[in-house]
This record gives sequence, C-alpha cells and structure tokens, in this order.
Amino acid sequence: MSASLIDYTLHLADTTLILSQRNSEWCGHGPILEQDIAITNISLDLLGQARNFYQYAAALKNDGSTEDSLAYLRTEREFKNVLLVELESGDWGQSILRQFLFSQFQHLLFQQLQQSNDAQLAAIATKAIKETTYHLRWSSEWVIRLGDGTEESHKRMLHAIDELWRYTGELFEAADYETAMGIDLASIKQTWTEKVTAVFDEAKLPVPENVFMQSGGKKGVHTEQLGYILTELQYLQRTYPGAKW
Amino acid sequence: MNNEQLHINASTAEQKIWSILSTVVDPEVPVLTVLDLGIVREVQINGSEVEVIITPTYTGCPAMDMIAMNIRLALAEQGYKQVKVTSILSPAWTTDWMTEAGKEKLKQYGIAPPNPKQQVCNDQLFAANEAVQCPNCNSHHTHRISEFGSTACKALYQCDECKEPFDYFKCH
Repeated sequence: MSASLIDYTLHLADTTLILSQRNSEWCGHGPILEQDIAITNISLDLLGQARNFYQYAAALKNDGSTEDSLAYLRTEREFKNVLLVELESGDWGQSILRQFLFSQFQHLLFQQLQQSNDAQLAAIATKAIKETTYHLRWSSEWVIRLGDGTEESHKRMLHAIDELWRYTGELFEAADYETAMGIDLASIKQTWTEKVTAVFDEAKLPVPENVFMQSGGKKGVHTEQLGYILTELQYLQRTYPGAKW
Repeated sequence: MNNEQLHINASTAEQKIWSILSTVVDPEVPVLTVLDLGIVREVQINGSEVEVIITPTYTGCPAMDMIAMNIRLALAEQGYKQVKVTSILSPAWTTDWMTEAGKEKLKQYGIAPPNPKQQVCNDQLFAANEAVQCPNCNSHHTHRISEFGSTACKALYQCDECKEPFDYFKCH
C-alpha cells in the first residue's frame, strides 16, 4: 500500500508540474493580456498542487527526499505524468483544448479523492478542486468560443482534436498503483465522456470515435518531449547542485 | 470557527501571540493582516515553543512562504525564540473566513471584497456576471473583464458608471 501511495502521489505531482511548466510557456505570449494572465494563473495553481503532492511524497518516502529533489533530480523514466500534459503546447486552441480535457478529468478525479481514505490526498483535493472549478469553467467557455467561432478558429480546434485525442485514453487506463489505491477510473471515464461531449456539441466539434490510444507516461515511458521539458526545468539544479534563492 | 471565536477561547499567553499576529500583513494586499484573512487557524504554546498553524488561501499562493517568514520575524522581535509555523490544508480556506473589518479595509484600499460564497461559486458556463460593487463609486453597474487577475485570489472588473477598472477578491 505504501509503495503504491508514494507512486500515485508522484504521478499526481508529476502530471500537475509538467502541465504547469507547459502552460507557463504562454507567459508574455498570450493572445491578449487578460488571457495571458489567465493561463499563467492556472499554471501557478497547478504548481501549487504539484508542491503539495511532492511535499507529501517526500514525507512518505522519508529518505531525505524533498519537494525540490523530487522535481529537479529525477530522470525522465522516473516521471509518471500522463503523456497528454507533456505534448507541445501548439497554438492557443490546442493549449486551451488540452487544459479543458485535463481539467474535466481532474475535476472528476478530485471529487473522488475528496472521499479518499488517505486524509492528506483528500485535503489536497478538497483545497484544489475550488481552483480546478475555475480552470474547467474558463477552458470550457474557450472551447465553445473557438469551436463555434470563426471558420479559422473552428479549423484550428479540429486540428487540436486530431493532435490530442489519442492521448486521452491513458487518463482512464489504470496503472498498478491506481488499481492498488482503488481509484475508480471507469466511472470517471463515463462522466468525463458525457461532459466533454456536451461541450463539444455546443462548440460544434465532433467527438472522435475508434481512435488508437497512446499510453505509457504513467509507467515512465514518455514521448521525446518530456526530455526537452526536463532539460529546461532541471537545468539550474543539475548545473549548480544545491543552488538556492 | 471564525477569528473572533478563536480569540475568545485562547489563554492569556496565547492572546499575546494573537495580538502580535494582528500586526503581520499579507505582502500582496498590505492592508490585510493574517487575522483579517482568516488564515491563522490555531496558536499553541508548548513550553518555550510557539506553534502557529496557518492555512493557505490558494494552493499556489506564492505569498505563503513569505507570510510564514513574517510571522516568525514578528514573534522573534517580541522575544519568542522558538517559533514553528505549520501549514495545514484541511479544512480548506474560504473567503467566508475573511473578517468584516478585513472586507471593509479591502474596499477602502480599492479592491472589491468577496461576495458571500454560496451565492456565486458554481460551475455554470457563461453564467451572468455576479453583481460586484465598485469600490470607488459604490455602483453595482460593473462588468467582469477577466476571471483571473494580478494575483490568484483576484478577478478584474470595470465599473460602468465611473469607468474605473478594479480588482475583485473573488469568492473561493
């Protein structure tokens, strides 16, 4: 149980850290100032979640690990984030769509984790779901705005679906540590599909069917993208070990 | 339990700590003390050690580390050598814990204070903007510019009467 709890907590930490890192690329590059601020705010919320999960994982490991050593000194194959969050951000539509697909999942997952027997995971989820509600509402509205917007924005959303949909299956493919933790991904998948379909319908976007799904991230098998992200994210601590503010 | 109740139940020694804490302000919104915000949950004295238990406003609030440091400094200045600041997540902070005095100070500072939570926190898409009162001219004719503002806890609004843009401390 304890090993599964550590792995699961690291999976949650890595997923939120990497999406935070990806979204932060928009800082100073958003299409308009208010939305630049919005996506970087979301980035900050995700980083806060990642810190809570890493701190908890470090305490569980109880081997001298810290939130920093777990984020900055683990290698690519040790990261357990889902592939969806490490993919290139693409254009604004693609970044929005990824945030929506992820936030819808995270919102349902945190609802479930609020009831977890593990008090700390329940506390983190209860705290974070308030922010996730904002992320979900914001990204849903943007998917609808862009999908049912101009010819160009609609075309770009179709492209974003092509790029991202094949990475959504992994969200619901239970890793050993999720099974051990009793996470019910099947019920989340059902509700997720209903909710995503409702937003896509309103956005006049098609829900793809029978798509081959990529997976591996939860087990540490990643796309080439993760290496580039970690190179940048871990550079300082790798080059100047122990550097502090 | 709100702050007033937390205070009343405290012993004299603890009261002293609470009064020192009432001088520690939020670095991002310097008119609010940590007590106005409602983030100090408990004060414990164990022999010579003082433990202050705080809870973050937002998960990613970068001010929390600084607030913890400022609490330690304020207590050290008053001669408390052994101070531990512990952060807990549960129960989760809500804007309903902000004191009425704190809300009034926010408004004077030019930030619209949070509306009561039960009225406005929901996940409806394209929901009507909540009626937020302009802190400058008190008009309710305002509109939201962005749900996300200069810090995690704020949204951007503009007044339709006096045209002044302002921050709104959003419900949480």
